[in-house]
Order: sequence, then C-alpha cells, then structure tokens
Amino acid sequence: MTAKPKFAMYWAASCGGCEIAVLNTNEKILDVDANFEVVFWPVAMDAKYEDVRAMEDGSILLTLFNGGMRNNENEEMAHLLRRKSKILVAFGSCATEGCIPGLANLSPLSEMVDTAFTTISTDNPDNIRPQTTFEVPEGTLTIPILNPVLKTLAQVVDVDYYMPGCPPESTQIAAVIDLVIQVVQGKAQLPPKGSVIGAGNSTVCDECPRARNVKVISAFRRIQDVAPLDPNLCILEQGVPCNGPATRSGCNSRCPRVGAQCIGCYGPAEGVLDYGARLVTAFASVVDSDEPKEIERILEGIPDPTGQFYRFNLADSMLRAGKSAWQKKG
Amino acid sequence: MSDEKKTPKEKIGVYVCHCGTNISAVVDVEGVRDWVQKNMAGDGVVIARDYKFMCSSLGQELIEKDIKELGLTRVVVAACSPHLHEKTFRTAAENAGLNPYLTELVSIREQISWVHTDKAVATAKAKSLVAGTVKRVVNNEALEKLKVPINANTLVVGGGIAGIQAALEIANGGFHVYLVEREPSLGGHMAQFDKTFPTLDCSACILTPRMVEAGTHPNITVLTWSEVTNVSGYIGNFSVTIKKKSRCVNEELCTGCGICIEKCPKKVIDDTFEAGLGYRKVIYTPFAQAVPNFPVLDQPNCTYFEKGTCKACEKFCPTNAIDFTQQDQILNVEVGNIILATGYDLFDASRMTNYGYGRLANVYSSLEFERMSNSSGPTNGHIVLRDGKTKPETVGIIHCVGSRDKNFNNHCSAICCMQSLKFAHLVKEHTGATVYEFYIDMRTPAKSYDEFYQRIIDEGTVFVRGKVAEISDIPRIPDEEGKLIIQVEDTLVGKQRRIPVDMVILSNGLEPRADAKQVGKLFGISCSSDGWYIERHPKLDPVTTMTEGILIAGCASGPKDIPASVSQGAAAAARVMDKILQKEVELEPVRATIDEDKCSGCRICNNMCPFSAILYIEDKGVTRVNPALCQGCGTCIAACPAGAISGTGFSDEQILAQIDGILMAV
Amino acid sequence: MTEKFEPVIVGFTCNWCSYRAADAAGTARMKYAPNVRLIRLMCSGRLDPSFVIKAFATGADGVMISGCHPGDCHYISQNYKALRRYLLLRRTLAGFGIEPGRVKLVWASAAEGLKLTEEINAFVEEVRALGPLNWPKWDGAAEVFESELAPHIATEVPA
Repeated sequence: MTAKPKFAMYWAASCGGCEIAVLNTNEKILDVDANFEVVFWPVAMDAKYEDVRAMEDGSILLTLFNGGMRNNENEEMAHLLRRKSKILVAFGSCATEGCIPGLANLSPLSEMVDTAFTTISTDNPDNIRPQTTFEVPEGTLTIPILNPVLKTLAQVVDVDYYMPGCPPESTQIAAVIDLVIQVVQGKAQLPPKGSVIGAGNSTVCDECPRARNVKVISAFRRIQDVAPLDPNLCILEQGVPCNGPATRSGCNSRCPRVGAQCIGCYGPAEGVLDYGARLVTAFASVVDSDEPKEIERILEGIPDPTGQFYRFNLADSMLRAGKSAWQKKG
Repeated sequence: MSDEKKTPKEKIGVYVCHCGTNISAVVDVEGVRDWVQKNMAGDGVVIARDYKFMCSSLGQELIEKDIKELGLTRVVVAACSPHLHEKTFRTAAENAGLNPYLTELVSIREQISWVHTDKAVATAKAKSLVAGTVKRVVNNEALEKLKVPINANTLVVGGGIAGIQAALEIANGGFHVYLVEREPSLGGHMAQFDKTFPTLDCSACILTPRMVEAGTHPNITVLTWSEVTNVSGYIGNFSVTIKKKSRCVNEELCTGCGICIEKCPKKVIDDTFEAGLGYRKVIYTPFAQAVPNFPVLDQPNCTYFEKGTCKACEKFCPTNAIDFTQQDQILNVEVGNIILATGYDLFDASRMTNYGYGRLANVYSSLEFERMSNSSGPTNGHIVLRDGKTKPETVGIIHCVGSRDKNFNNHCSAICCMQSLKFAHLVKEHTGATVYEFYIDMRTPAKSYDEFYQRIIDEGTVFVRGKVAEISDIPRIPDEEGKLIIQVEDTLVGKQRRIPVDMVILSNGLEPRADAKQVGKLFGISCSSDGWYIERHPKLDPVTTMTEGILIAGCASGPKDIPASVSQGAAAAARVMDKILQKEVELEPVRATIDEDKCSGCRICNNMCPFSAILYIEDKGVTRVNPALCQGCGTCIAACPAGAISGTGFSDEQILAQIDGILMAV
Repeated sequence: MTEKFEPVIVGFTCNWCSYRAADAAGTARMKYAPNVRLIRLMCSGRLDPSFVIKAFATGADGVMISGCHPGDCHYISQNYKALRRYLLLRRTLAGFGIEPGRVKLVWASAAEGLKLTEEINAFVEEVRALGPLNWPKWDGAAEVFESELAPHIATEVPA
C-alpha cells in the first residue's frame, strides 16, 4: 500500500479564522483525512517543531501556511516548512498580503508593544516590557523577537500558490482540496506555479447581484448614516465606500449580498501591483466635482484613506509600511 | 522571489546624439554611451553609439544598418524632443524592417543640455533618462495603425455662410452633403445684415446666389426647419438622426406664391430674423429670398391650433398645400464626416442695465440696426427713432458691449469695430446725423479695413476713446431734455463727458450659442471655458477637433468676419474631401482595450471618456472601448480598479519600467 | 552633513501642454534646477496613483505631476480626474508618513515654459526642506532589523 501523501497546516501571526474555515468545509475534512497523512497541524494535533525538522526535505506534499511573518519564529517556520514541503500555499490574507496584523506596519514597534502592555485590560503594575532573553537558574529563556515590519510569506520564502481571503471561503477551500486530491490521483494538472487559487478571475462586482449605473459620487458616508441601504443598488453608488471594484472575486460577493460593503479581504485582482492604489484611483475618478475645495470636502467622507484602502493589503503594498515603522530613531 | 539571471529578451540599440555641440557642450555624450553599453547590457543593450547629428541621413543609416546587421529588436535615440523627430526615427526603423512603435526618442537636449549648466549633473541626468527609456522600450509592443473605411456622405450642421461654403465645396467635388439648418431658411446671420464691410456690398446680394446654388445643387439635400437629435458612431461611420420639424406645409404642392402669408390675419413680433424690430405673420417665410421658399406655420401662435378656428391659409392656398396634420419627420442618415457651422448668438445687452437696452426706447442692438438699415426691413431702410418717423440728428455708436469685459465676456468679438464704422457710414448716408463712436481700441487689421477706418474718419465721424459708463434719459441741463445722455470718460482728453444723442446703437458682442455645450455633447466635442468649440490646434489646425470626423467652421469656434468664416468653411470641406478620397482613415494605435474576462462591469470607467468611446454592454455586464473613437489619453486605464484596462503606447509595464530606469543609481 | 541634499524628483508631464512647456523652456534656454526627471504621458489623466507610489518606493524624494490648465485639456476634461486622484492620493500617502508636500500637481500650458521652470525650482526647494525620503528597497539585499527589544537576534527556535 502506497503511503498517503503528507499534509501540513501551520499558523504564524494570525487569528485562527483560516483554520476554522478549513474545518468549516464540514464533511470535506474527512476527505483530507482519507487522502492525506496529516503530519503537522498545531490546531488539530500534537506535534513538535523537532518532528518537522526530522522529516526529509520535500517530504510533505502540501502545506497550507497561514499567518504573517511577525517575528523570527514565524520566519524560521516559514523557511523550515518551505524546505520540507513540495507545495507551499500561502493560505489566507495574512500569509498572502499581511492582513490585519500588517496594519501594525503603520506604527513603530515600540508603540505597538507599549500599547499591548499598557491597555486598560492589562495588569502591569511595574510597567514592564518583554525581554527576549531572560536568565533563570536553569539557563536562558528566550521568546521570539518581533520584526519592526510584518512581512508576507512570499517576502520571506518562495511560495507556490496563493489562496486569498480572510478567511478563504470554505467552498473555495473544499474545491482546492478536491483539486489536489485529483492531482494526486493523476486526474488533473496543477495550475502554473505562482497562481492564485481558490479565487475568481475578476473582482467582487462580477459576482454582485446589485444594479450598477454610471458612478457619480457626491458624498461618502458611513453605512449606518445611509441606513436603510437600498438592497438592489450598488453600495458604492449609495455613497458607502465599497472596495468590491478592486477586490478579487471568489467569495460570491458575500458581504454586499447581506447589505455590508466589501472591505477587501480577497486582495487585489490578477496582475495588480498595488491594491490600495486601485481604490484611490477608482474612488477619486468618480467624485462628482472639478473644484479642489469641493473635492476635498467630499473626500473628508473617507477620514482614514490609508486604512480604508489598505486594510488587508498593507504589508504587500509597494510601500509595505509607514515611515514610522522602519525609520530608525536618533 | 527567485533570483535567476534572465537572458534579456530584446536586443536594444542606443544612439546618443551630439546635435552638433547643442548636447555635447554640456552632456558628456561618449560618457553616456559608455555607461549605457556597460550598465544596461543586462537589460538587452547590445550596442551603444554616439553621432554628431542623428537626424541626418547618415545618422538614420546607422540605425538602419544596426537593425539589419545586429538584429536589433528595439531602438532608443537620445537626442532632441520627440515632438520634433520621433517620426523621423520611427520611419528610419520601419525602413529597416522594424515596427516603428519599437523605437523611442528621449530628449536630452530640451530637457537637459539646454537647461542645465553643471556638466557632471547634466551627464548623470542624461544617463537616468536614457536608462528609463531603455527599460521602457523593452515593454513596447509592435503596433499597427488602425484602418477604418469612410462613408462619402457629409453632414453640415448650420446653413449660414460658413456652412453653405463648406457644403458647396464638397458638393462641387462630387460628394453628397446633408445641409441641416434649424431656422426655416438658409442664410444665418449674414442674411440679416444690410451692408458688409469694407466694400459695403449688399449682404443679401452676395449671399443669396450662394443660397440658391446650395438649394438647387443636385449633391446637396437641404433640410431646413430641422435639427440633429442623435449622433452615434465614429469617423467614416456616423449614424445621424435628424428631426425635420413640421411646417404644416406640403413641400410637394407648395409653389411659394405667398398668398397664405398675405391672408394670415395674425401678426407676431419677429424675434429671430427681424431681431424684435418688426412683425411677421404666423405663417411666414423669414425673408423674401428664403431658401427653400416654403413657409412655416408657427404652431404655438396659430389661432387654429389654439382655438380651432381661422384656417385662412388653407382656404386661400391655390394648391392645397396647407396640412395642419403634418407631423415631424424623423430621418436617419449615414455620413462619414460632420462639419459644425452653427454660428453665434448676440450678447443680450439688457444684461448691462447701465446701457438701458430694453428700457430706453432708442437704444438699439447691432442686429436691430442692421434690420432698420436694410431696405427690406421693418422701416423700409429708413433710419428713424422708435416712433417710426423721427430722423435722429445725433447718434452714438458704442463698441465692446459685452466684450472685453470681465463681467460678461472676456474676449474681443473681432467684428464690432468694423461693424461700428459701417454703422457710422450708414447713419451718415441715410440721415446726415452727427455720429459719435465710443471705442476702447480700433481693431481694423484685415485687407482694406484700416483704409475703411480712415474713410469714416474723413466722413466726419467723431471718435471718443472711452468705455461708456452709462446711457441715461435723465437730463441735468435743458440741452439734455428729451435726449439720451452718454456718460463717458474721454481718455485722450482726460475728462468726463456727457454727450446727448437721439439714438444709441450698441455693438453687441458675439457669444457662443446658448445651447453650444449640449450640441457639442451630441457630437462628442467640447467647448473651451468661454464656450466656443475647441479646435485641434489654435495655430495649425483650426477646423478640426479632437474628435476624428467632427470639424468646425465659422463663428462656432470663435468670433470672426465673413472672409474668415468662408475660408474655414472651405478648409473644412477640403479636409473632409481629403479623407473621403483616401477611402480609409488611419488612426494612431495608442488606445485602450478592456479584457472582458477581467472586467467585472463595475462601471467606474463609464464616465471617464469625453469621446464616448466607452460603452457598457448591458447584456454581457462588461464595458468595452471602441478603438476608432478612443483617443488614447489613458484616463480609463488609470481608473480601472480591477486592472482590466490596458493601453498600447503608454502601458503600465512601459511606465513602471521607465520609473525603475529613471531612478537607477548612476 | 557638509553636502547639500539634492532631492531626486520624478515628474510626470502631459504630451500636449506641460511636456511642450518643458520643451519651450528648453528652446528658450531657460535654466532651472536639474533635480526633476521627466516622464512623458499622453495626458495627466493617465496618471495612475501606482506610478507615484512606485516612484517613492524606488527612491524618489518627490513627485511632480503636471498637466493642462483646467478647461484646456487636450482630451477635454481628463485633467480633472488627475486632480481628484492627486487629492485622494496625497491623503492616503500621508497615512504612510509621506508628507503631502512631496507630491505636487501643477498646471502649465504649452506656452508657459517660464511658469513650469518656476514651479520646478520652487518644488525642488520644498522637497529639499523636507529632506530625503530614502524609502527602503524591500527587494534586494537582506535588511538587518535592529530590534529595540534585544541587542542580538536569536537564530534557532528551541523545540
């Protein structure tokens, strides 16, 4: 009996939602168990890094790597799993584009740490900060060192495929699992290396059922100020900044279908270099004024454009981080 | 993030020009050549040369030889501005068998050697710009000019002198013209004038033969009392919808005898042709020599349409040509080119309340005076006051009414000075009155114009240099009783003057038509900020517009006199026939395309195009660009949030590569 | 710092107006600061915010965008789109810590060679005052991050 191909899933800097999305494939997970030997999956089974190091290089057929590169442990594991895997998939928005953890790239590291250690819910009477090494009688204890700038998986190792989404839709995950099983059985071909999988070929508007007209925006408003939202009309046309036009399709326009604007978790369309730039140009181009003062007044309706346009994609944008994150002090 | 050393996919030749010493005096040309040869080999540069004059035949031969012998696939020339020699080098490359769009010219002369003095800095900048262009050209694509067939019919909109001239030239050339005019007759404003300057020719006498020629020409379909309601398509292939409004007169039966007009019992003020000075009947032709001579029934004012009674015209018509049930006709025509000769509107002087037009009886607009002076006008050619009988003894003529005025129109209306001088002459001739001319400058530039001015001076006209502040009927001294007092600063004397006159004639400025913008939109052309249609180039291309296939002639593009309007009508006709004779038109291949698979139908690009080249295809849910209409500005490419629109000639790949190169360390 | 900081500025010009203005300045031999390197586009409406971001990410200290005066655009109204994009882009870049003064939009007609040189000279000084941007080149040599929390970086993660 030929051994079942090996499967691994790992989480670096992430929220765990991608793991849940995999489990949300419901019975499909049994297909994973039936067709693969799960060798390393911290959320689902017990295993140690030692075990991974002991595996032969390239012996894991498929690794779904979820989470961004926040510290050197994440980077270590990225390098390790790259060595040990045939196919490494950047799974989910954190790994493909940095996602929410990437927003920390707008602040200096010290500010991040200060915030975490001095919030109202933190009990820190001596106002300490973490040390990466600490001497105890038994030896030296270490914790991972934070990088000042969060990186995506592809910025650290060579990635074979990208699955976007925060999280990727479970239906898409199921489809990818099916595809890999077919490939293993020799019944299908893998897409070209570097492809985005589990996503559509266009943007969210392509899957959105709402009616669309020529866009003329005279005000940007928050969704609660527009309520009730017309369920049949394009959300952007109603003045609510919807990132759908620039966001990759594949989620079946999940959010606009239930009356929420798309916030862009599926990342950029195919071939786009900088996601946020596409939103800047799209929104600005349809502002209904030619007069600078009036344009500025309308743009006030988006008080945080950097956040609005780069919420998920900051770490993978051309600039990658705000100046305060990388600028050396002193 | 793989680091493979890629073999460059193109073979690039770089040619750095000395331009005599224009470039080499400041930029180290050989240094740039060496630097490029050494540092850009990885991008594909196989040869870098320098030469004294790249644009010379020897310089061009260098390029051609290298293309043939070294198998170059891309060429970069660093010399003067692309606006001068891009075509030269592209043609040279084409002669050697390389697609012309694979050659780029970057300026290191206008941009560097002529404007910077530090040689080291200039040389470094030259290296950057060349590096940018080398990286850019790698991403150039071989392009072919787009060829579109031309329909030989032409549409001329506007039956004034410019439109008539254009129509006649094309028709005489053997091609068919549709001449559309919104008023009941051809003639335009020129038909309203009495005499024309500087010859004092009778306007109607020189115009009507042309009108008749156009009206009877076998190659011209004259459609008066008609308007264009829709235009679609592109150069060579326009589909135009024309609404031929109902005249209530059957043109097959009407003989133009005029009995209906005679018998019509109702008169209304003629606001159009008589400029409000006189009356016309409800069924009317605007003037005696109207072409075509079929009358028009003014339905809103007609007793029959109002109350169901009268019908005098129908009763007396000997050929039964009156048809109250006649409907508007919709015609669809296919044409290859369109000439807009829609003329001007007169500035409404009642907006200048200080001049009292509309309030003070004896203040007249220029067109009112033309009608008064015209022997077939409402006063039979007598220059009289509003009471219809008193001859004026003093007349004031005011220049620049609503022109050269920041409060109304900034522009000079070009014809008012000559027109005012003409009025002075006519007033003197008809009445012997003392004539005052109030001017800011005297603009009499063309042939025989200044001589005319001198003649008017010799006739004893009094010239006061000053912009009139006010025209008032409130006397301060007994001599001013019953007069119109012109208050003006006489700038040459340096004094305020109050000059009492019997009659004031205003030289109203020329303005764009009130609906110029809408009409422009209909045809896909634009107005400048002051409302006139924009020509492709103010110096070198005055009759074409940015939209291929739409031309402009006459006052539609700005105030001008009759000779200039005629010239433009003829010029537009020549350009049209130029295109028709070529049978096909070639369009520059710099344009946008939409990848319909990537397009999500978000419609963000839909209002990015002033040329109507962007169309949303409703049943497919995607947007498409019409390559024949696309002007290649690239605005939609930059707007697309899905990156679904790409452009040839200035693609993302080309520009991003150029940015990389331009910022290379030198 | 003994040497004066010379900003590197990428300039985007439109083919019909501002590029011709630059040519006109050249023909008239007007002298101006050499810090601006021009890229010719057909229209300021072609200006994709990605170009500006790319310029900053690749080493520019400033970006100048120039086009035809409002109302005079060769392609009728495309400079207005450039204006809107420029205003939103500046706000977005500010969130990254790129000062709004590093991007400037100027209008120059084909006859305004002098005006363009004056705008260029002024902008060079404005960017000079802001100092170099020196955005990190993320692709390329490994960056060594000095963590503020520890003087050395651990290389092995214990089992």
